[in-house]
Amino acid sequence: MKSDVITSFKIREVEFKNRVFVASGTFGYGNEINELVDINQLGGIFTKSLSLKPRKGNPPQRIVETASGMLNTIGLANIGVHSFVKEKLPDLKNYKTHIITNIAASSKEEFCEVVKILENYSGIAGYEINVSCPNVKEGGINFGTNSKMTAEIVSKLRKLTERPLIIKLTPNTTHISEIARAIEDSGADAVSVINTLIGMAIDIKTRKPKLSTVTGGLSGPAIKPVALAKVYEVAKAVKIPIFGIGGISNTNDAIEFLLAGATAIQVGTMNFVDPNISVNIVNGFKRYAVENGISDIGELVGALNADVKYSVLQSWL
Amino acid sequence: MIQQVCEVQSCQEVAEKIFRLRFYSEEISNSVKPGQFVNILASENGVGPLLRRPFSVSRIVDNSLDILFHAVGVGTTILSRKRKGDNIDVLGPLGNSFKIDGDYETAIIVAGGIGVAPFPFLSTELIKKGKTIYTLLGFRSSNFKYSSYLKNTQIATDDGSEGFKGNVIQLLEKFFENNKGIKSAKIFACGPTVMLKSLAKHACEKNICCEISLEGQMACGVGICQGCPVEKNNVDMDYALVCKDGPIFLADQIKL
Repeated sequence: MKSDVITSFKIREVEFKNRVFVASGTFGYGNEINELVDINQLGGIFTKSLSLKPRKGNPPQRIVETASGMLNTIGLANIGVHSFVKEKLPDLKNYKTHIITNIAASSKEEFCEVVKILENYSGIAGYEINVSCPNVKEGGINFGTNSKMTAEIVSKLRKLTERPLIIKLTPNTTHISEIARAIEDSGADAVSVINTLIGMAIDIKTRKPKLSTVTGGLSGPAIKPVALAKVYEVAKAVKIPIFGIGGISNTNDAIEFLLAGATAIQVGTMNFVDPNISVNIVNGFKRYAVENGISDIGELVGALNADVKYSVLQSWL
Repeated sequence: MIQQVCEVQSCQEVAEKIFRLRFYSEEISNSVKPGQFVNILASENGVGPLLRRPFSVSRIVDNSLDILFHAVGVGTTILSRKRKGDNIDVLGPLGNSFKIDGDYETAIIVAGGIGVAPFPFLSTELIKKGKTIYTLLGFRSSNFKYSSYLKNTQIATDDGSEGFKGNVIQLLEKFFENNKGIKSAKIFACGPTVMLKSLAKHACEKNICCEISLEGQMACGVGICQGCPVEKNNVDMDYALVCKDGPIFLADQIKL
């Protein structure tokens, strides 16, 4: 669609051409589905999590479908940072979009080590730090639920890079805004809200859990209302940009996230269902802007109408 | 690999709760190989299961593809109600395929239940290569039998309602006793894990190459979600993905 709507935004020195991204772990390293999706249309790709060494991941069963969602316990299966820079990054660089590498680690030192390696390579726009994976024993969520530890990681990483540092937060805590504030104070450039919610499913015939690790991470449309509320909460607490994630299936969902306070959005689980949803949202944003006389998509960020009585009435009609 | 909205040509109940759905896709029918699968979105306007469902391609008819499935859950029940003219969203063809070429004369197809699905397509291609085919099928009961478009078929049923009373592995043992002259055979199999496990043992003892088609719960079908691992036999705790590295594996490659 030809339009004069401004779709871009900036984090540090990086200008993203629009506000639609694909979430880590739901788009691989881009090469798996480039036949199906015009990757160049996206604001950016958050890669599958990278750790210092390759990880084989958790034993099967790793996924199970639940009502309007899915549980996973992949366990951060990935090729490791060294293989990534050799085998994946050269091809990823050819896309006309930004690559943000998601990093998972089991210690502060490992996070630093991975960033140090990636700093030697061009073609990486920024880092998303996964301090919130519910499916690994060490690191992951243990960091993400502790504001002091998370802040320490951010401070250390800040010294290593000028690239945007985006911290991915877990909803599995009672104080997400406190963690977000600690991250902002330590020099992070943005937060991703939210990672998966801890969930569980049981086979009543065998009485066994359906996932090999008993519990796993819930994602998909089922978590969208939770994600939206967390974005709203974090937006009130910090000034840094928020990447809203959680069950986004279409343009309407994505606009809800912007209105709640997200600067940009990531499409996650729904990439598995329809790999083109993110590109559809890129076009949907422009259409919505034209239809509503908006010249810059950024005008929607945090533009929630707080006239609650009116909203409640409308939602019932 | 393409994603396409395809028109349903027909959907018939061919045995008890076993459905054969035919849809039109020139692109997929022209590129698919035996053993490959398609990932189909069963939900309609957001109502129904979230994730796509994987189905082996059962047969190619002109520019259309047949899938064969047991209507057991929400997704397969929705699909079973599709009628001519309805649309389905299809991703495919996906995964690897059976290795038809090779230095063998006789193909022995062994299938349990709905595991029969990929073999009409495979049989067509085996015939083109001039292979001799024997097909051994096992079902719980004759109500669930599907044996169309297959060659030299022998049936086993658990309840003895048709053919040999017993399971398909016992039928295979009998087959080997009666056909001691068979040389240079290759087994192609699909079915429940317990059946494949037993089959893998037999094939190994008899030193016959055995390719199996595995089923796996998966989300994406293209190797991204990493949701469908199977343990490899060679290295401890090393995984292959059913969707991308499979669904066809050599039986001795995988820990069943």
